Amino acid sequence: MSDAGVAHWLVYALAGAGIIGVGLYGFLTRRHLLRRVIAFNVIGSGIFILFGATGYRDADLGADPVPQALIITGVVVAISLTALAAALIARQAEEAGAALLPEDEEPPHGRKG
Amino acid sequence: MSAALFFDVALCLLLLAVALAAVVGRDIFGSIVFFITYGILVAIAWIRLEAVDVALAEAAIGAGLTGALLVGTWRRLRRGRAEDLPGRPDDPQDPLPATLHRRCTGVLCLVLTGGLGWAILNLPEASTGLIPEVSANLETTGVSNAVTGVLLGFRAFDTLLESIVIAVALVAVWALTAEGLWGASPGLRQHAKRDGVLATFGRILPPIGLVIAVYLVWAGSTLPGGAFQAGTVAGAVLLLTAMAGHGEPPAVTDPRLRLAVVAGPLVFLAIGITGAFFGSFLALPPAWSKTLITLIEVVLSGSIAVTLAYMVLGVPREPEHRRSRS
Repeated sequence: MSDAGVAHWLVYALAGAGIIGVGLYGFLTRRHLLRRVIAFNVIGSGIFILFGATGYRDADLGADPVPQALIITGVVVAISLTALAAALIARQAEEAGAALLPEDEEPPHGRKG
Repeated sequence: MSAALFFDVALCLLLLAVALAAVVGRDIFGSIVFFITYGILVAIAWIRLEAVDVALAEAAIGAGLTGALLVGTWRRLRRGRAEDLPGRPDDPQDPLPATLHRRCTGVLCLVLTGGLGWAILNLPEASTGLIPEVSANLETTGVSNAVTGVLLGFRAFDTLLESIVIAVALVAVWALTAEGLWGASPGLRQHAKRDGVLATFGRILPPIGLVIAVYLVWAGSTLPGGAFQAGTVAGAVLLLTAMAGHGEPPAVTDPRLRLAVVAGPLVFLAIGITGAFFGSFLALPPAWSKTLITLIEVVLSGSIAVTLAYMVLGVPREPEHRRSRS
């Protein structure tokens, strides 16, 4: 195994770890539900990259097909969940007037004084 | 640093920057555009990891269909004036200001990334994973694309459940239909200008897309491709035709539509149960394996196409202005 091969998967695995952190930050700090769905997809994608990169640790052997098959399954399940979440958000916005969860609504004003 | 490594590092930095822009971008539409860009960059990353099947799925589903779905939802929310909101404002009852909350969250996310990075760097010496097992037994599946062999041979149970999951998700989306609209055509009515860009592409691209979809499902047994990639491309063709106004999508109560949605899982299940009489559930006899896998893939890609297209179209909605144009 060449040195470049080692670094190759390692770069992507570490990037996957970074993407998971970025997505989680957005998921925790943003209130708009559509933004949370985007963040959820970013987290999922980071996990796939981390998983796929660790399945490619030996460049001479090539990529392990089992993680690849599981990732394709995961990508399809992710869009199913995204579609359901999008429909739920649109319905919530129609019913409540805002794409927010009740606990994330504006805090009551005027309590300061 | 070799040129290849330089490319990998640059691509990964770009991925991180675009992911951050997609997550914290100033307005939602910008975030969605960054997310689509991110999906395309990830597809390039998968090619660098020699996972071409995943790259195809990511480009078609992660960037393409998810992007269309998010833009459609954004439009629906804008119509309902549920637009973007600033970050969480200061809560007078909460002693910690919102900026401090955000900073603490950021530090915790960095700790998580650091922990994952530490685990990656401390992985045990490279193992061969399941590569030897797959290549030793691939012959029994009759296909030479290892990913297709895993999806429809060794891990067929996962794939069967997955094909059921997307059908159930579509039923769940339909269940959110507003009262009184059940039976209408799904999705917003599109206003495509005659001979405009969308209408023209709606005529030019579908035949090309269909040829690509047929190629992907047919080539899937020997080359990268397969039911999911082909189904997504065919689903995009259906969506484009509907969006360009070249045909009203069938109503959700249409029995032919429902048959199309469940045909894939049903054929898969029927072949699996037949296998139970000859060996075990979902075990394909090696002599027939390739034929059966191709049959499952063809029917499944049709179901996936219809299901994904209807997922993106969404729930049936009131026609705008009662079809004022016609």
